[in-house]
Amino acid sequence: MNRQTADHATLADKFNENEPRVNWHDETLWWVRAKRDKQAWSIPEWEQLREAASQIKLNVLGNLHGYLLQFEQQARQNGAIIHWAADAAEHNEIVTAILKQHGVKRMVKSKSMLTEECHLNPHLQANGIEVIDTDLGERIVQLADEPPSHIVLPCIHKKKEEIGELFHEHLGTPAGNADPQLLTAAARAHLRKEFLASRAAITGVNFAVAETGEMVVCTNEGNADMGAHLADVHIACMGIEKIIPQRKHLGVFLRLLARSATGQPITTYSSHFRTPVPGKELHIVLVDNGRSRQLGREDFRNSLKCIRCGACMNTCPVYRRSGGHSYHTAVAGPIGAILAPNLDMKDYADLPFASTLCGSCSNVCPVKIDIHQQLYKWRQVLVKEGHTTAGKTAGMKMMSAVLSKPGTFKRAGKMGRWVMRAFPGMVNNRLNPWYKQRDMPAPPKQSFAEWYAANEEKK
Amino acid sequence: MMSSRDKILSAVKMNQPEQVALPSLDGLRGAMPATLDAYRKVLESLGGSLFEISDEKEIPALLAQHYPEMKRVIAATSGERSWIHEDPHMLEDVDMAVIRGQWAVAENGAVWVTEEEAPVRVLPFICQHLAIVISRERILATMHDAYEKIGLPLTGFGVFIAGPSKTADIEQSLVLGAHGAKSLVVFAL
Repeated sequence: MNRQTADHATLADKFNENEPRVNWHDETLWWVRAKRDKQAWSIPEWEQLREAASQIKLNVLGNLHGYLLQFEQQARQNGAIIHWAADAAEHNEIVTAILKQHGVKRMVKSKSMLTEECHLNPHLQANGIEVIDTDLGERIVQLADEPPSHIVLPCIHKKKEEIGELFHEHLGTPAGNADPQLLTAAARAHLRKEFLASRAAITGVNFAVAETGEMVVCTNEGNADMGAHLADVHIACMGIEKIIPQRKHLGVFLRLLARSATGQPITTYSSHFRTPVPGKELHIVLVDNGRSRQLGREDFRNSLKCIRCGACMNTCPVYRRSGGHSYHTAVAGPIGAILAPNLDMKDYADLPFASTLCGSCSNVCPVKIDIHQQLYKWRQVLVKEGHTTAGKTAGMKMMSAVLSKPGTFKRAGKMGRWVMRAFPGMVNNRLNPWYKQRDMPAPPKQSFAEWYAANEEKK
Repeated sequence: MMSSRDKILSAVKMNQPEQVALPSLDGLRGAMPATLDAYRKVLESLGGSLFEISDEKEIPALLAQHYPEMKRVIAATSGERSWIHEDPHMLEDVDMAVIRGQWAVAENGAVWVTEEEAPVRVLPFICQHLAIVISRERILATMHDAYEKIGLPLTGFGVFIAGPSKTADIEQSLVLGAHGAKSLVVFAL
């Protein structure tokens, strides 16, 4: 398991060392957000769609037990083999056992954030099984030995020149060539060989339909289909919250997903896997890994509605300027910051504070999760449970002492204004995080209360 | 000892909130027209192209004109079908596959294809270029209409295909032809 090495602020500082890179990252993601807006605004019923999606997911949360049983029964009838994993370790063991049983030494995987959450790749590697990620962005970060920095755009933090260098080293493309067309063609040729040679394929799952026992996988590249249809064994890994009640509900979610994610009307492929081809195997691994616990947290259960579009990341002023890796968790950004503390409060106590609480995430969320309100609520839980740093706790206590006593507040304000005028160096220094990359404002001559009192007298 | 299955299910049962009713899906269709023009506009924005034809017999000549370099062309619509029984890996050298689509969706350019139309599941993905034949009578406005028409599954695999395979993973530059078909041409009968 990856344990926390540094907190969000420290990792964001590192990302911010290269200012032009940060500006580029910021602008690229905002461009994706703008594409999302264009698609959303072209659909007059967009807000009704969001509301319907949110209500369908709420219905799912209230009957998840029944829907899981229905899905299991239907999928078994379809000929799939169902596995249940309580946590990441069990998920990894199940997948490894299936692959070992078939003597698989090297295999392809399409995008699955669940397998990232479970750290499946290192586990398989330790068991002598090589995994080839086939989504282009994921393959790039895999070659760079990095985790994805965004759930939809895994290598959004990388410049094409860096990718050109990686491909030159690993795939033999010409040195110094960073043409996206050429690099994509090289990846196509390289991964086609892997697809043709692979006897097993792992895919994620976007939606699992209780009514039919089928799973829908959405890609633009076609990598999930190339892998799953050519292999003898297809292993689909999904969190238990991916269930939707009926097939017709796919109409709502498929209209929202790609428009919210990248501003496309739909992904190129929306594949509905129901039965295995005769002679082949379809395994479905249903993973809990903390989801049933989150379901029991009234304030946070709505986070399980998430369909992993990434819109909250693209719009987030903190994510855009701190980069996905600063969140040190598989799902970054605002939604990741409310999912991760459920997995480990101590390790991810910093994440709910990595937000301005501006609410933009909640406004773009296609299933209307109250993301910024949950971030705010997590902060309170984390402070109460003692997971914040001593400095923050002491600071909060002092603020609360000052703000709750008008006399103290008045005296502290006066003193602060005097200090800022008399000794500007006390606040304009590196030890004050507010001074970083900005100047402190000029201290006002009087407080609002003093100004108000003076003006009342004049009347 | 309780199995993981029972452990998960009992935890879910204990923790799930009170159930609310499913919402109605009425009134979500908006004002999208179900016309060939509307469909064509979206398909072209995805990098696909559309030809209006009055007979399937026109297809080979149109393909020869627009794709002069094709060596292996497979038509699931007619002709020689021994490839259905071959190992799917043998389709790797298919330059062009021609298949039928059941329904086309104007709002997003997608065509519904099942293993009835593509009897080897990997065919529409492994071919270098893909052609889909649709009926202009079967163009629908939205995905809600599509699922209404499709109904419950009769086949083991089905897919909505909207345009050629693509990626923008390298600096958000759009490149057509990631792992699936590099181009998509739709013939509307």
